[in-house]
Amino acid sequence: MTDAALQNFLWIFISALLVNNFVLAYFLGLCPFLGVSGKLETSVRLGGATTFVLIITAICAWALNTYILPHAPYLRLISFIVVIASTVQFIEMLIKKLSPSLFRSLGIFLPLITTNCAILGLAIFATNREYGFMESFVYALGAGGGFTLALVLMAGLREETEITEVPKLIQGTAFNLIIAGILSMAFMGFAGLFNS
Amino acid sequence: MATPSSPYEEMMKGLWRDNPVFVQVLGMCPMLAVTNTAVNALAMGLATLFVLVGSSFLVSVMRSLIPKQVRISSYIIIIATFVTIIDYSLLAVFPKIHKELGAFIPLITANCLILGRQEAFASRNSVGYAVMDAIGMSVGFLFALLALGGVREILGEGALFGFNLFGPNFEPWVIMILPPGGFLTLGLILLFFNWVTERRKQAQIEYQLAEERAS
Amino acid sequence: MSTPIQQKEPSSFRLASTLAVAGLISGVAIVSVYEATLPTITHNKAEELKAAVFKVLPEVTEMRKYQFENNSLRFRTEEGSDDQTLYGGYNQQGAFVGYAIPSAGPGFQDTIGILYGYIPEKRKVVGMEILESRETPGLGDKIYKDLYFVSNFSDLSIDPEIVVVKKGLRDKPHEVDAITGATISSKAVVRIINEGNQRWISKIPTHGIPLPEKTGE
Repeated sequence: MTDAALQNFLWIFISALLVNNFVLAYFLGLCPFLGVSGKLETSVRLGGATTFVLIITAICAWALNTYILPHAPYLRLISFIVVIASTVQFIEMLIKKLSPSLFRSLGIFLPLITTNCAILGLAIFATNREYGFMESFVYALGAGGGFTLALVLMAGLREETEITEVPKLIQGTAFNLIIAGILSMAFMGFAGLFNS
Repeated sequence: MATPSSPYEEMMKGLWRDNPVFVQVLGMCPMLAVTNTAVNALAMGLATLFVLVGSSFLVSVMRSLIPKQVRISSYIIIIATFVTIIDYSLLAVFPKIHKELGAFIPLITANCLILGRQEAFASRNSVGYAVMDAIGMSVGFLFALLALGGVREILGEGALFGFNLFGPNFEPWVIMILPPGGFLTLGLILLFFNWVTERRKQAQIEYQLAEERAS
Repeated sequence: MSTPIQQKEPSSFRLASTLAVAGLISGVAIVSVYEATLPTITHNKAEELKAAVFKVLPEVTEMRKYQFENNSLRFRTEEGSDDQTLYGGYNQQGAFVGYAIPSAGPGFQDTIGILYGYIPEKRKVVGMEILESRETPGLGDKIYKDLYFVSNFSDLSIDPEIVVVKKGLRDKPHEVDAITGATISSKAVVRIINEGNQRWISKIPTHGIPLPEKTGE
């Protein structure tokens, strides 16, 4: 692999992971992010499942874009969403079979991956940027990692705050949003990581 | 299901009591992403209105024809169709706005608000009620979007709908247009909303106590 | 969500056919809207591109799309564009003025897409238009909002290569003044143009492709 290509992949990965974090910079995947409990374990598992769906979606999107969609560009959205819904269905069955405890602990969040804007968003972004196969794969990896990172950070912070006293008025989503805002500001510091 | 209420009531509940953003906490993704200016917020709100009303209408009309097992997939197909329609329509008629909203137009498909309404309401009610509910929810959503977009644009650019408010010497809080500003502003608006709701409840309780004492 | 078990479970055929019908109706609706809006959309896109080309090359009244294929340039008549597509501008007399070269690359926040005008005879960049950018509002977005920065590119020599200097220190014909507070975005723009040059300058003919039917004068 050429030097330039390697650098390109690295940039795509790190950009999706930190600089343009899907949750904190692009506002995608907020439902699970704001709804996540203080349980660190669940966050990691959900992040993992989402990353898996992201990778499969990215690859399928690339295949669709390369072979089928040039003939029917208007079917893009529908085909993407069908791929996503099917992938989630598939991974649900897989997890149910392989690890019923994991299946139970993820609960409703598993089918909700379908409406996770991060997945559809990734497919659309990768299409707009005309990513190839490897680029899509690396992008999905970075995006999933970034999503998991954001989830884990939020879960960790919530774990802490659940012990402290928070005024009743702020409790709930308002509080999560304020924490998210501070996290987002912190992540802004990653911009300019590559430019020297 | 709740006691029967008039179609008008169904519509109004979406504005405050069951506001999709402030109460149900749905539709968060577009909320934060497209509210950097009031115009974008308005455009997104109207696009969502089109999709929600259209989908609710169709789902309600077809509700007896769709078997339970494939209902979610059917709803998704219907929603995706409406979103594709509005996507191309916007691209043709308002290309600038389409560019601003960018990828978030197709992302309307993933807006849990729309799918949620189909499952919770449109599939179980007649067309009239379904449409009224959809309108109410969409307007509530639009109202929330405009509130957030307005605040962010005023503080972040010193303008509203593109009209400069404060003159050239105003130092805008650029952070408002950026992601952190979105999170923080929405958090604060939610705070304010909670506070108002709390006060209303307090007022109601006091009123009831006063009535009891009087009788 | 508990309804008493009513009629028998719908057959697989019923389930499949419901989805098939839904898909079919959806498909028809989408295709109709697509066909209906296609002429307007194509027209808008073409107008936007033409406007950009006219902006980055002086005195141009006509534009043509080129495709670089098999080591030479030809007119591109197919729809759309790819990474081997360039544009050429011609003046009122039908003579070739210069190339409008698209180039893109990572900026501070996200990818920056640029179209810049280049005149091979003078070996100069004569105009720059940002097509796509998601840089920081208030800082990085000055790469298209700061008219002084944009004017740097209206008479820029490309030899040995374009270089960014601190604001106010612009001295030589191949230097560009950076935007204070947005050095990275400024450098990105210049780097993207340099990369475009590295890619194309040695390959493209000095006088483009002559227009076929014009009789000069």
